[in-house]
Amino acid sequence: SAQVHNLQELRRSASLATKIFIQRDYSDGTICQFQTKFPPELDGRIERQLFEETVKTLNGFYAEAEKIGGSSYLEGCLACATAYFIFLCMETHYEKVLKKITRYIQEQNEKIFAPRGLLLTDPVERGMRVIEVSIYEDRCSSGSSSSGSSSSASGSSSGGGGGAGSR
Amino acid sequence: MSVMVVRKKVTRKWEKLPGRNTFCCDGRVMMARQKGIFYLTLFLILGTCTLFFAFECRYLAVQLSPAIPVFAAMLFLFSMATLLRTSFSDPGVIPRALPDEAAFIEMEIEATNGAVPQGQRPPPRIKNFQINNQIVKLKYCYTCKIFRPPRASHCSICDNCVERFDHHCPWVGNCVGKRNYRYFYLFILSLSLLTIYVFAFNIVYVALKSLKIGFLETLKETPGTFLEVLICFFTLWSVVGLTGFHTFLVALNQTTNEDIKGSWTGKNRVQNPYSHGNIVKNCCEVLCGPLPPSVLDRRGILPLEESGSRPPSTQETSSSLLPQSPALTEHLSSNEMPEDSTPEEMPPPEPPEPPQEVAEADK
Repeated sequence: SAQVHNLQELRRSASLATKIFIQRDYSDGTICQFQTKFPPELDGRIERQLFEETVKTLNGFYAEAEKIGGSSYLEGCLACATAYFIFLCMETHYEKVLKKITRYIQEQNEKIFAPRGLLLTDPVERGMRVIEVSIYEDRCSSGSSSSGSSSSASGSSSGGGGGAGSR
Repeated sequence: MSVMVVRKKVTRKWEKLPGRNTFCCDGRVMMARQKGIFYLTLFLILGTCTLFFAFECRYLAVQLSPAIPVFAAMLFLFSMATLLRTSFSDPGVIPRALPDEAAFIEMEIEATNGAVPQGQRPPPRIKNFQINNQIVKLKYCYTCKIFRPPRASHCSICDNCVERFDHHCPWVGNCVGKRNYRYFYLFILSLSLLTIYVFAFNIVYVALKSLKIGFLETLKETPGTFLEVLICFFTLWSVVGLTGFHTFLVALNQTTNEDIKGSWTGKNRVQNPYSHGNIVKNCCEVLCGPLPPSVLDRRGILPLEESGSRPPSTQETSSSLLPQSPALTEHLSSNEMPEDSTPEEMPPPEPPEPPQEVAEADK
């Protein structure tokens, strides 16, 4: 609900210019990690170190969720022994960490990203494929923001290129 | 004065999901479209076990030990539970890219490869080289508009990209992938044990009873025994073989798909990077590792399109809640991309291995 409130704040004073997508980093295998490389579209919108820290913290959370160790084996064996019926009443470790991640992203959006006209979308809502970063323009300062929003609807590359080049 | 409350039926996300799956119980259950062979599997297991409990168990419990039907019941319940888990759960489907994301990726592809002139077919496969510590090649899926993670594959039967795709199993009526592979393995393992158990005790029953009343009399009294033995005999050869094969795969942390394609075998190929090198560690990871939840959000509620509180221009901002899937389906159908045409991209629907190709009635 805090995110929605921020959303409404943003919408009143800004309109969506463009979205960028932080891709997955598969250099460590199939575990869920995102690229920490600083996207050029965010240059000037947010400090490099802040952004990279957010992504690194998220990566840390995902690594914790997928950690293979004593506790995960215990959970797996216990679940197997109950023919997996225990999942009807118990939350898995992974799900618990995903909830932590959602709270963290909400926090980060409120404290760091919304004041800079940015919004992070929880990767779980994008199938864990990408971290979607929505970039907002101030309504008063944009002539090209309308082209940015139309690009989202039509999916054409020219609008996106225009949005990225406008700042 | 009475107030009219108009109840609109809530639309859940599963109703708008692309792909060729069927959903039951308001999105709680997810299966492939063709379920006929799955019903056959159910029928064979339930039928054989019912006959076993009704006839042989009653005699053996008295003559030998009451523990016999108890163990049989435990095995039966475990294999049914794992079968239903395998069939009804999300195998690890990767949701398709939303239009914004697809456009962004296409832009990136064009930037690296150069724009494809209108009307010309783009190259069949696009590989993305991500160099962090090593070079990772990813394939682009034209249907889902995403770069597939390593070990993921697109199932042509269900029309979805599935993570750690093993194979599509018609006997369970679903794909076998990252999220339900352990259930599948435990199912075939417990089914093998159950088959051996029922087969063995049928033989014991026939032997014991024949000593008292003769072989032919025994068969006349319980003709179901012969049927059970027949089914178990054919099942043994197929399911036990399959269990052995998958035990081999689990020990090496490989998927059926990789085994068929020969991804890690051969002189010029890289060794399986996902194997820990240790059989026990591999088994533990595959069977007892952390279980990622489904990212499909089948039971999420789609907001009504005509809700007056949000003007259309601001709808892009809360894209996570938008019913973009119908738009996406239109986007896909109008896109004449060669998504399914290249044979190499599609995994075979059922791998042609001897244990699985048994045409006889299987349990």
